[in-house]
Amino acid sequence: MENWSWLMDGSASTFGPTIDRLYLVILIITGVVFFATQGALIWLLIKYRHRAGHKAEYIHGNTRAEVIWTVIPFVIVLGIALASRGAWAQVKDPQNIPPNSLPVHVMASQFEWDVTYPGLDGQLETGDDFTVRNRMDVPADRPTHVILEAEDVIHSFFLPDFRVKQDAVPGMVMNVWFQPTRTGEFVIGCAELCGIGHTRMRGTLTVHSAADYQAWLNEQSQP
Amino acid sequence: MATTAVTAEQHAATAQHHHEPGFIRTYVFSTDHKMIAKQFLLASLFFLLVGGLLAAGIRWQLGFPGQPMPLIGGLFSDTTAPGGIILPEFYNALVTMHGTFMIFFAIMPLLVGVWGNYLIPLQIGAPDMAFPRLNMASFWISVPAGVIMLAGFFVQGGHAGAGWTAYAPLSSEPEYSGVYMGQILWLISLTILGFSSLAGAVNYITTVINMRAPGMTWFRLPLPVWALFVTSWLVLLAIPILTGGLIMLLFDQTIGTGFFSAATDGEPLLWQHVFWYFGHPEVYILILPAMGLVSEVIANRSRKPIFGYHAMVLAIIAIAFLGWVVWGHHMFQSGMNPLLGTTFMITTIIIAVPSAIKVFNWLGTLWRGDLHFDVPMLNALSFVSMFVIGGLSGIFMASAPVDIFIHDTYYIVAHIHYVLFGGSLFGIFAAITYWFPKMFGRIFSPVLGKVHFWLTFVSYNLVFFPMHTIGLRGHMRRIYDPNQYEFLQPLQPINTFITIAAFVLIATQLIFAFAFFWSMYKGEKAPRNPWKANTLEWTAAPTPPPHLNFPGGAPVVYRGPYEYSWPGSTDDFLPQDLPPDRVSRTPIPSEPSPMSTGD
Amino acid sequence: MTTDASTLRSMMIPDPAYEPGMKVYTMKLGMWVFLLSEVMFFTSLIGSYVILRFAHPDHFAAPGVVLNVPLTAFNTFFLICSSVTMVKAFAAIQQGDDTGLKLWLLATILIGSLFVGIQAVEYYILYHEGFVPAAADYHAAGRQGMEGGPIVGGPLYGATFYTMTGFHGAHVTIGVICLTFVLIRALRGAYTQNDHRGVELIGLYWHFVDLVWIILFTIVYLI
Ligand code: HEM
Ligand SMILES: [Cu+2]
Ligand SMILES: [Cu+2]
Repeated sequence: MENWSWLMDGSASTFGPTIDRLYLVILIITGVVFFATQGALIWLLIKYRHRAGHKAEYIHGNTRAEVIWTVIPFVIVLGIALASRGAWAQVKDPQNIPPNSLPVHVMASQFEWDVTYPGLDGQLETGDDFTVRNRMDVPADRPTHVILEAEDVIHSFFLPDFRVKQDAVPGMVMNVWFQPTRTGEFVIGCAELCGIGHTRMRGTLTVHSAADYQAWLNEQSQP
Repeated sequence: MATTAVTAEQHAATAQHHHEPGFIRTYVFSTDHKMIAKQFLLASLFFLLVGGLLAAGIRWQLGFPGQPMPLIGGLFSDTTAPGGIILPEFYNALVTMHGTFMIFFAIMPLLVGVWGNYLIPLQIGAPDMAFPRLNMASFWISVPAGVIMLAGFFVQGGHAGAGWTAYAPLSSEPEYSGVYMGQILWLISLTILGFSSLAGAVNYITTVINMRAPGMTWFRLPLPVWALFVTSWLVLLAIPILTGGLIMLLFDQTIGTGFFSAATDGEPLLWQHVFWYFGHPEVYILILPAMGLVSEVIANRSRKPIFGYHAMVLAIIAIAFLGWVVWGHHMFQSGMNPLLGTTFMITTIIIAVPSAIKVFNWLGTLWRGDLHFDVPMLNALSFVSMFVIGGLSGIFMASAPVDIFIHDTYYIVAHIHYVLFGGSLFGIFAAITYWFPKMFGRIFSPVLGKVHFWLTFVSYNLVFFPMHTIGLRGHMRRIYDPNQYEFLQPLQPINTFITIAAFVLIATQLIFAFAFFWSMYKGEKAPRNPWKANTLEWTAAPTPPPHLNFPGGAPVVYRGPYEYSWPGSTDDFLPQDLPPDRVSRTPIPSEPSPMSTGD
Repeated sequence: MTTDASTLRSMMIPDPAYEPGMKVYTMKLGMWVFLLSEVMFFTSLIGSYVILRFAHPDHFAAPGVVLNVPLTAFNTFFLICSSVTMVKAFAAIQQGDDTGLKLWLLATILIGSLFVGIQAVEYYILYHEGFVPAAADYHAAGRQGMEGGPIVGGPLYGATFYTMTGFHGAHVTIGVICLTFVLIRALRGAYTQNDHRGVELIGLYWHFVDLVWIILFTIVYLI
């Protein structure tokens, strides 16, 4: 979707383009509706502006026209909803989290992200887990499964480049996943007003190549 | 013989024996629905100003982050904006209170309190509300609510800062927000305000059902009455839900009940469900009356019957019903079950259909009309145009996967303002300027009105359209300093631009305030029916309407409200109360129709 | 022309037989409308209770363990009796029996006050048994084996119990106050066989409050 960079920044996750494409489809449909209605409005305003000796016509309605402009929008919007179901399930349904994902635990609290890694054994809640603050490092060749919790108030885990957003609610465990499509540094933001420091609750997400990630993991796992 | 007429006559008879009410009873503790409407009008325009000033603070911080506010900067305390530099906690209070004042104290009373009161009795041909004293109470209950809400700015810890949606636990646990008293006052104020709304709703519903003039059948009701009637049902049923939620939140704050606190196994999401179960009907409370008011203006200024009257009514009713089953679209990213998300996506997107029907019917009304671009009409047309944009942006957010990206960004802020400012507020401007001659006996200055309209229309779009763009770049809403995020820094020029446009927009509203008071005292004297309208407030009641509205009793209604340009008559309008034998090719009588209740 | 002459003519004819309104006097209609909003108010409290109870069954004790069911069953019986006396009061004035009206009103007021009194006693006892609304102080130990027994239920139990029954109690109290006003007016002879609207209105309210209690008693005490 590079050509659309005037509109949004290119996405960096596998489902990013799906969401962006949906956005564009809706943009085209609503764009047509927008120009049609606004154009019609302006045309009507010019055509039927008051002129001396001109009288309005006594028209109460037109059942056929009204049925048409009820049914057509209905079909279009229903189509949009149906077309959206797949992407929604892909992103949010826990059943669709790829089984080979790297599990990472994220605890949101005022005003930081504490990211816990499974360590070398690949298992969370074992002795070699380690925690870093406000940064996340993930491999490019593997999906990441974020197990998201909040300690105090509601926060929202927002990866704009990945088209990921999920509220972190105290007392609940959320499951978030994504698969990066390129390496680089990306932003982690908090999208839900969470108090005085909301604006500075940010972090950095680094996507490494597989080898770099292994090197980073080894380095972090040194005692 | 209709009971209404009896009551009206009895009223009229007893009224003559009363001595003239004094100043207090006429202007302060009045039970006259027209005076109460004016009281609501002044109070809510005041709160519109308050909300606008709070927005100016928000925009200053976003446009010129960390710089001292000019001119007024020195007036602030060290806990809000020392030296004029807005602190983050004050910023949160500004955002919260801007939303709160605008939604609960400005737009809602401007639509329901003002026009429900002013128009319902006049347009249905009733002498007053069903319960005039309850009506008076409705206004006077809202006054302490407003005072308490304002007082929150001056208490220790500052005003509530958890957003107008007050998501728990940020709103329920002071140790997380630093706000205690402010949040409590916020909760108490809205609880009290709920009683005001409730009193209004009971009155409107009862009045419309039971006090219509003879001949005023359901499908002869003017559309503002239909819209206000349906809205009143939403108010009646939705506000108590909020009240229940507010009380639980208040108990969480004060007693420590822990309904919404995870620490004691409460459910933070329960608050969101309660709030949005109220909140979505509430957003329709904020638009339906404007739709009704605009329909009236468009039909009249097009000199044409409204296109598809029944469809318009059915669309209002459909929106009101569907509005109860869509609340989850505010919670797509909150962690609710994804299957529920799909359901809410489908219901939400379906609710766009009745909205679309209304837009097409407005366009249909213009078609082959005879359009007069007076000030009310300009504002009403702008309502249609802007509501289209707001409705279309709603479709993006209604698609749950797309909402993942744009939820809680400026895209939402753009949507809110296209429907609430572009929609509701333009509708309110249309209504104020249209019924001004009825309320105050003078014409709203056409020159100032047009200046205000065009400046508002242009600057409004310059403020809010770019918000779509920055939302799509990931700019979160409610953040104090976007420059903290490197990827948002390139957007600073847009933010600065928006701020400048916003100051123009706010300053323009001073023109409206000036025009309002100037026209009230110096405006051109209005003829009895300046818009050549059909509805009873113009045709059957003198200007200004006296106590009990229709001297001598209820008018009799013979036809629907939008009989414009009927070819059988020399005039291009047919008042609802004009007896058929006096219609064809006769000039309109200047006196109210005789008081018979039948033929 | 889009509309033919006959439709036009039908529009011109007024409906002389048409009578607006519901054939119910306005005060009564208003009371019905008001009670609908009361339904929604209790719906929000009861709905929240149901959701919390489903989410956290461990916070709620089995019937009779913490709450004193027999005592409240008696109280429920009293409240139902007060509905009966209210009906009697209304029936009396319909017959023009002024004395009957006053006596039955008095009976309703007394029984209503008794209900509130017993509820206050119940609150007092429960409160001192550690069954409190504040989450931090909750330590209700259960009715059988009070001393040293394990804590039964959890803080959500106390919070929901006091909120729901408290608001119901407030409604009863308001009802008693209004009934007293009605009684005073009755003593002044304000109600006649032909016009006794005040009695009917307070009756509607009273039966509504009674009905709410039967629901509350069932879901809070018995289930
Ligand atoms: C065409 C119909 C509409 C659709 C499909 C629609 C859809 C939505 C959706 C999905 C959201 C949630 C966005 C999010 O938070 O991610 C939303 C928010 C909102 N809508 Fe609409 N909407 C429509 C019309 C309206 C109207 C007519 C109003 C009011 C006059 C309105 C007022 C609001 C407000 C105030 C919010 C934001 C609440 C907040 O989070 O602060 N909408 N809308
Ligand atoms: Cu946060
Ligand atoms: Cu909504």
